[in-house]
This record gives sequence, structure tokens and C-alpha cells, in this order.
Amino acid sequence: MLTAQFLLLGAVLFCIGVYGVLARKNAVMVLMSIELILNSVNLNLLAFSVRHGSVDGNTFALYIIAIAAAEVGVGLAMVLLIYRNRRTIALDDLSEMKG
Amino acid sequence: MLAAEATAEVHASSGWFLEHAWVIPIIPAVAFALIIFFGKKMPMKGSEFGVASMLASLVLAVGAAWQWIQRVDGVAGAAHSAAEEGAHHAAPFVGPIIREWTWWQSGGFEFGIGQHIDGLALTLLVVAFISTLVQVYSLEYLRGDRRYTHFFAALTLFSGGMLAMVLADNTILFLLGWEIMGLCSFMLIGHWWEEEANSRAALKAFFTVRVGDMGLLIGTGILFFSANSWTQEHLGVSGFNISGLSAWAMSGAASQSALTWGAVALFVACIGKSGQFPLHTWLPDAMAGPTPVSSLLHSSTMVVAGVFLVGRLYPVFWEGMKIGDTNINFIVLIGGITIVIAALLAFVQHDIKKVLAYSTVSQLGYMMLGLGAGAWLPAIFHIFTHAFFKACLFLAAGSVSHSGSHHSFDMKKDMGGLAKKMPVTATTWIISTLALAGVFPLAGFFSKDEIIDNVGHNGYNAFMIVGLSGAFLTAAYMTRATYLTFFGEARGAAAGEHHDEHAAHDAHTDHGVHDAHVGHDTHAAHDDHDAHAAHGDHGPHESPKLITVPLMILAALALVAGLANATPFGSNWERFKKYVEPSSEYVVAESAVASGPGESIVLPAAEEGEKKEGCAVVAPEEGKVCYFPTVSHAKFKWSKAALSLVIVAFGLISSWLFCVQYYTRRNRRLVGLTERNVVLRGGYKVLWNKYYLDALYEKVIVRAVAYPISRAAYWFNQNVLDGIVNAAGKISRRVAGWVYRNIDQRVVDGAVNGSGAAARGTGGALRPVQSGKVNQYGALLFAAAAIGALILVIINT
Amino acid sequence: MLAADLLVAQNIGFGIIALLMVVGALRVVTVNNVVHAALWLVVVLSGAAAQYLLLSAEFVAITQVLVYVGAVMVLFLFGTMLTRARIGAENDLNNKNWKIAIPVSLLMLGVMSWVIVDGFSDEKLIENPGEMAQVPVQLISDDIFGPYLLPFWALSFVLLVAVIGAIVLARKD
Repeated sequence: MLTAQFLLLGAVLFCIGVYGVLARKNAVMVLMSIELILNSVNLNLLAFSVRHGSVDGNTFALYIIAIAAAEVGVGLAMVLLIYRNRRTIALDDLSEMKG
Repeated sequence: MLAAEATAEVHASSGWFLEHAWVIPIIPAVAFALIIFFGKKMPMKGSEFGVASMLASLVLAVGAAWQWIQRVDGVAGAAHSAAEEGAHHAAPFVGPIIREWTWWQSGGFEFGIGQHIDGLALTLLVVAFISTLVQVYSLEYLRGDRRYTHFFAALTLFSGGMLAMVLADNTILFLLGWEIMGLCSFMLIGHWWEEEANSRAALKAFFTVRVGDMGLLIGTGILFFSANSWTQEHLGVSGFNISGLSAWAMSGAASQSALTWGAVALFVACIGKSGQFPLHTWLPDAMAGPTPVSSLLHSSTMVVAGVFLVGRLYPVFWEGMKIGDTNINFIVLIGGITIVIAALLAFVQHDIKKVLAYSTVSQLGYMMLGLGAGAWLPAIFHIFTHAFFKACLFLAAGSVSHSGSHHSFDMKKDMGGLAKKMPVTATTWIISTLALAGVFPLAGFFSKDEIIDNVGHNGYNAFMIVGLSGAFLTAAYMTRATYLTFFGEARGAAAGEHHDEHAAHDAHTDHGVHDAHVGHDTHAAHDDHDAHAAHGDHGPHESPKLITVPLMILAALALVAGLANATPFGSNWERFKKYVEPSSEYVVAESAVASGPGESIVLPAAEEGEKKEGCAVVAPEEGKVCYFPTVSHAKFKWSKAALSLVIVAFGLISSWLFCVQYYTRRNRRLVGLTERNVVLRGGYKVLWNKYYLDALYEKVIVRAVAYPISRAAYWFNQNVLDGIVNAAGKISRRVAGWVYRNIDQRVVDGAVNGSGAAARGTGGALRPVQSGKVNQYGALLFAAAAIGALILVIINT
Repeated sequence: MLAADLLVAQNIGFGIIALLMVVGALRVVTVNNVVHAALWLVVVLSGAAAQYLLLSAEFVAITQVLVYVGAVMVLFLFGTMLTRARIGAENDLNNKNWKIAIPVSLLMLGVMSWVIVDGFSDEKLIENPGEMAQVPVQLISDDIFGPYLLPFWALSFVLLVAVIGAIVLARKD
């Protein structure tokens, strides 16, 4: 097993995730793409954990999983709120941040 | 080492108050929580917690100060008796009382929390004392305010932050206290946030100080990474530890560039916090806060945090700026510029609090000048004396507006002739003014004159002249303010006029920020006042006891505080020097934290003759460290003091005569001079516009930086992003015309038109890139990150 | 089993799972049906769990299945159901500027692949895969409650805030 193969898989997943974040309109889909990104990071952490013979990578992978759970919870709550107020969750229609 | 090798040992005493000094900042922190949670239900709306906690802190601080004096006296007494027996001993280094616990750890790094109490840390006495007085004063001044409870909560938390900073034993804790103060300052300046000017002033203060705070973070980081291994090895403490850093800086093992850059970065933080040129612009605007806040935070305590930082890590600045070897460095340069420009600005202010604000900036410049020129002790002493008389001046100004001028701070419109109506306020004001000007024998003379004297003594001759001209300016602008407020004929509200508050309010807005006490939101408070019989017909009268008693206490201190270090009267009067200035001696390196109660101090054997040779003068012995550089003290000479006294007297008298001619007699040769004379008019305009610094920051820098960025982003948005899509559209149009109607029309042009329309619709002329579309932001972000990474990779391969 | 055989088996396993994950991830960001996307996400996340097993991180793999495949996916499906009246294919799940995303992500992929190949071209992850010891849970817990206690506290705080925030945001009033 090469180090590079895990890292490359992580990179591919990351870029697909980035594409999803940028291209998707539906807020739930954007959240899913973010999950892809987080998983690619976890993959890197664990690969390096094995490479360095250290357990730190596992620890942080666990932390990231916990963060992701919190993020999905809050994200979906926000989506629900947006939906209740505007009857849509298309991010295109949200331009309150316009300067 | 010719003299007696025989060394004597002496036990340095300690005590409960010194050992438990860490309790002092915790009391206000607890009181803060109590006020927040239970304040509104209490009979005095939470203010009782604030006042009680400050009193408790004050008692503990007094105890700690007393035991510190005992500790120094004990060691000095032993040294003295040993000297009588024939062994000659120099003044020994009395170690600070350091206690440290692990605060948190992360990934192998341990961060401590603890106390470091020494002579300099006795500043907490001043902090606790003035906080107590200001809280008592606020009981009356803010009576009936709608956010009374929150005001006391913020004030109490501020005191906790400042006390924690003063007692901090490491830079992380120092940073914590520093930031707590910044936050409280923001909350208190914006206390009456309903008025837009106030919230803008709060934001300005916060952001300007934040600019400097970056320096504190960077400096802490630089020092930690350069010092950590040395301090771990020699003292067993981390590179955050303040005494560790001091020893490291003095050890000669430190890299000069790390010291210099660390000191510069830390000094940038001091420029922000202590209102030094060119970041002083926030301090006058901060006067938008309630007057007790200006008195406590923006004159006597918080703004000296920067000065305190330089004093606390003095070895780092000493070595980093090469204070001992040069006759010009970054600190004196900034300090000198600040003294003069701020003093000049004080001449054109109409608002009494702004005069005091610029005066504070100027006095802080004196402290920086002193520190930068090696006059450590006079500068620290000036913190003490200045705190008393400046707090008194602000409280007196507040008293005038509270009872004399109908909540106005405009000297020209609403004051004048108040001396007869408000005798106590006027007397305390005049005493403090004379102290500030440096009239013998009031407090300011002993500290300010010492600074000027020592600056010259240490070879910074040019800056001695700056200091003397500053003394002249100080005397002159304070006389002007005194005359306008308390003498001459009564004008406006001081004459008892009932003018419409809103009209007054509108008339004042052109002077920028002013105290929102006139604002409509405190009308409720006003109506309460009307019910008071004492307030009567709104005419000028003396303030109630809760206001005048703190004034009198502070004025009394402004009279006598200088005697704590009265150099002219001989070395027996230099008590402050004896107890505060650490001795520059090599001591055996041991864990700084372990130096707890009752450790033995080996009295160093002094060399022959008067000249003491301390650290950085002689090479260190193996295994010994030193915590303070060798500073020299100028010998007091009446001839030198007379010069500055004459200058001050000249400033007072000439300014008084000018004021009488100008404001009362309306002497025709003087009135309108600024309109007739081109040079004077230009000078006045520059001063009135505060050297155009605000304009520089807001118009030039913000526009020059933010504008091009947003413009470039707009251009990128319109030309590159749309261009990509546009180009695709054009190519496909040429290649296949018939596809145009089927695919192009719907997909590509749709995207083009869509994004074009979005950009057009959302983009005004100013900030069009902020289209509000998260996807576009994201695309820009990720593309920029990728390109940045690419550039890094290319550079590194 | 010989070390060489093990290596081959691991590599084949990696290849199959990686292919599944990439295809799944591409489907997640391209399908026009939110529920289908969520199900494809399950494939990717399970694949990731399998990769973690290959990397001998059992505990993380189990947590991944429990938290992600279990809890987070259910949340997603709930979110979908609560926000959309109709579950089924839709035409406009992409926004209007979706084309910009392609060059951006390809650029990122290019940069990252270059760096990875350049830096780790044929470096072995571990010399002898047979020696790859499973990470005992005790070590992880020592790590969490030892040097990384502070991040753990911060994380607990984040979770608390997330719970409160989710309640506040989704509250009906």
C-alpha cells in the first residue's frame, strides 16, 4: 500500500465535494457535499496516523466526526428555518448578504 | 570581588496577602457574574456587588502592598545591619512572589495561570482604589439610567481584567486581561448606543485597539518561540513566563533580532492601547462613554496598560531597543511625537472631556518617553500620580456637566463662571490642573520633572527639549480649559438658560461625539431628576456628596502623592524607588516558580566604591540570572528643576492673560486672528481636523485598500468569471449557428444573462462583488486557495 | 497468508472500494434527486468506513458507521422530507453558475495531485503490512483525555451549542 493512494483518493473526494458545494443550489445537497469534504480529510488523517505510527490521527478523526454531526444538526435546523420563512431552500434566492 | 567574600543570608518575609494576591482579580470576576445573574433583582440594581467587590479587592491590595513593603524592608534592614558589621552589601534583589498552576495543556504544551507580585504589581493598589471611587461616583452619576445594572457589570469586569493583567505571571494571562479590558472598554464607550455617534466611537475604539493587539499576539509568539528552550533549561518555566522572559532577555543568550522584533511587535500593541501616535485617534472619541468610564478606563487605568506592558517586560524592551546604548529609539520617538501633537490638539477643543482626553494622550507620551529613555522608575511613578489627578479632572468635568451645565460638555457654549457656583468642584479641578501642569510641590512635579530630568541624563537630549515644551503646552491648555469652565462670564446652561435639549443636541453634533447624556434616551433619568428637589430649576449648583467626596479624596492625593518619591528631598524620600524598582543583581538561577515564602536571599557582596555594577554591565557568572537592567538615575538639581518650573509658570501665566484678553475682553487684536493670519489659520485648520489622521485612515487607507480590492473583485466578477462563460458562448455561436437557438439560448446565454443580471441587479457602484451569492463567494475562495497553493508549490520546487 | 498475498489483497480491496467511493461521490453531486443523492452518500460513507478498516483504525470505522451512516443520514432524510413537499426527480438542483465550479475543482485536483505525487511518489505507507497493528481503543482514550483534553472540552462545548442552536433555530414561534 502506498501513501499516495490514500491521499489521492482523499484529494479526489475533496474536489468532488468542492464541486458539489459550488454547483448545487439545494441547501441540503450543499451540506452533503460538505460531508464529502470532511470524509476526505479524515482519510488523510488516518493515512498519516499509520504512516507516523501515532494515534493522534485517530483522535482527530473522531473529533471531526463529532464536529460534522454538530454541523449537520445546526445546518439542517437553519435549512428548516429558511424553508419556513421563504418556502424554498434554493441558495440562489438567498442574497441577504449582498453588500 | 575585592570586598568581603563573606556573604550574609537573610530571610525574605512573605505573608498571607502576598501569597494569595491571586484572589484580588477573582473577586470582581465573581461579582460580575453575580451582577449579571442577580443584579436586577437587588435593591440597588446590582451596584452593591460592584462596590463591595472593589472594596474587598482594595483591602486585599492594601494588605499585599503592606506585606511587600515589609518584605523589602526586612531584606534591606538585614543588609544594613550587615553593613554596620563591616561587610559591605549592595541592595539585594528581592524576588517576586510567583505562584503558578497549570491552566490547560494541549498536545504537550502546558499553559500556566498564576500570580507574579512585585513592586510594579503594586499598581493594582491604584487600580483598585480608583475603581472603588469611580463606582461610588457612578452610583449618583448614572442614577436612573436604563442600563444601570449592565454598566456596573461591565465596570466590575473591567476592574477584574485590569487586576488580572497587573498580576499576570505569564504573557497568556496578560493577554487575557488585556482583551477583557478591550471588550469592557467597547461595551462602556457604547453604553448609550442608541445614539449613533456613540456606537461608532465604540467601534472605532475597538477596531483601532485591535490593530495594535495583533502586535501583542505576534510579539508573544515571537518571544515564546525564541525563549522557550532557554527558559525551560535554566528556570524550568515556559517561554510565556514573564520573569523567565526577563531573565532570558538579560542573559545575553537571546538572539538580537528576536528581541528587537518581539519588542517592536509588543510596542505596536502599546501604541494601540495607550493611544500613542499614530493610533491615538480612538481615545478622544472614546469620551462618548459616560464620564466615570472616561475617568477610570480612558485616563487612569486601562490606557496605561501599554505603559505597564513596557514596564513589565522592560528587559525585553531594554535589550530589544538597545535603550542603554542609543540616544534615539522607536519608543522615545513615538512618545515624543505623541506628547507634542496631542498637547497641540488640546488647544482647539470645545469639549471639556476632549481637552482631558488629549491631555491623557500627551501624558501617556511622557510615560513612554521615560520608559524609552531608560527612566523606568519616573515613568512608573507617573502612572501613579497621573492616575490620581487625571481621574479627579474627569470626575470634576462630569460633576460640572451633571450639576452645572445641564449635561453639556461644551466649554464655550455652556460653561464659564462656575467657580462661584460649584466651589468644591472648582477647587479640586484647580488642584489637579496644577498637579498636571507640574507645579511644585504637587504630584505631577515629582514624576514629570523626574522623567524630563532622566531623559536628559541618559543622553536623550533632543527629547528632553520635547519634554520641556510639552510641559509648557500642558500648562497652557489646562489654563485655557480652567478659564473657560470656571471663570469669565457664565454662558448658556451655566447661566441658567433653559434651552431646548434637542436644539443643543443638534448644535453639538458638529463637534463629533459628545456625551449622550443630552440624548433623548436618558430623558427618563432626567424626569427623575426633576422630581429631586435638589435639582430644582436646572440652574448650576454644587453636586451631591457621592460626587464631591471622591473628588476631594482624589484632589488630596493629587496634592500629596508626589511625596511618595520626592527626589528633591533626599534619598530618604525615595520610598517608591526603594519598594518598586527591582535591583539589578545577578541571582542564582532556580525555578522562578519555586521562589515561594521565606526563601533565603544571599546578600551580594558589593564592589568597592559607589558605582554599582549590575546586569548587562558585567558578564554573568555561570548559573546566575538577572531580572532587571541596570538603570541610572539622574541626580536632582534645583537648577534644572527651576528651568522647568519657570517654563510651567510661563505657560500658566501667558495662557491666563491670553484667555482674559480673548474670551472676556474680546480684545480685537486677538479675536479673529485665526481668520486674518494665513499661517495661524492653516495651523488651526490642521489642528481642528486632528492632523487629518482620521481622514487618512477612513478615506485614504480604507479606500485605498478596500476600494481596489472590491473594485478588482468586481472587475474579476464582470470580466473573468462572466468572460469565461461569455467566451464559451461566443465560440459556440461561431462554430454552430443553428445550435444557438436550441442550446446556447437556453444554457450558455441563460447562464451569462443570469449572472450578468444578478451582477447588475445586485452590484451598485460601490461593492458589487458582494453579490450575496454564497456560491460565487465559494468559487472565488476555492479558486484563490488553489492558485495560492499552486504558487507556493512552484516557489518551493 | 504471506505478506505479499496480504499486500495484493489489500490493494485489490482498496481499488474496488475507492472506485465505488468515487462513483458514489460523483453521483452525490450530479443526481437530480435529493433522496437518491443521500443514498449515494451512504455508499461513499460506508466505503470510507471500509478504508478506515484497511488503515487499521477499527474504532474510527465503527464510529463512522454509527454516527454518519446511522445518525447523520437519518438527519439528512428528515431534512429532505421536512423541506420538500415532493420527493422525486427535479430539474434544477444546480445553480446558475454551476459551470464555474468545474474549472475550480479541477484546478484544485490538479494542484493537490501534483503535490501528492511529487511528495510521496512511491513511498510505502508501512514496510510490512502484516505488522500493522490495530490501534487499541485505550490508546485513543489516553490521547483524548491526556494531551488533547482541551480540544475535547471545546468540542463538548460546540456540541452543546449546536444542540441549543438547533432547538432555537427550529423552534416554531
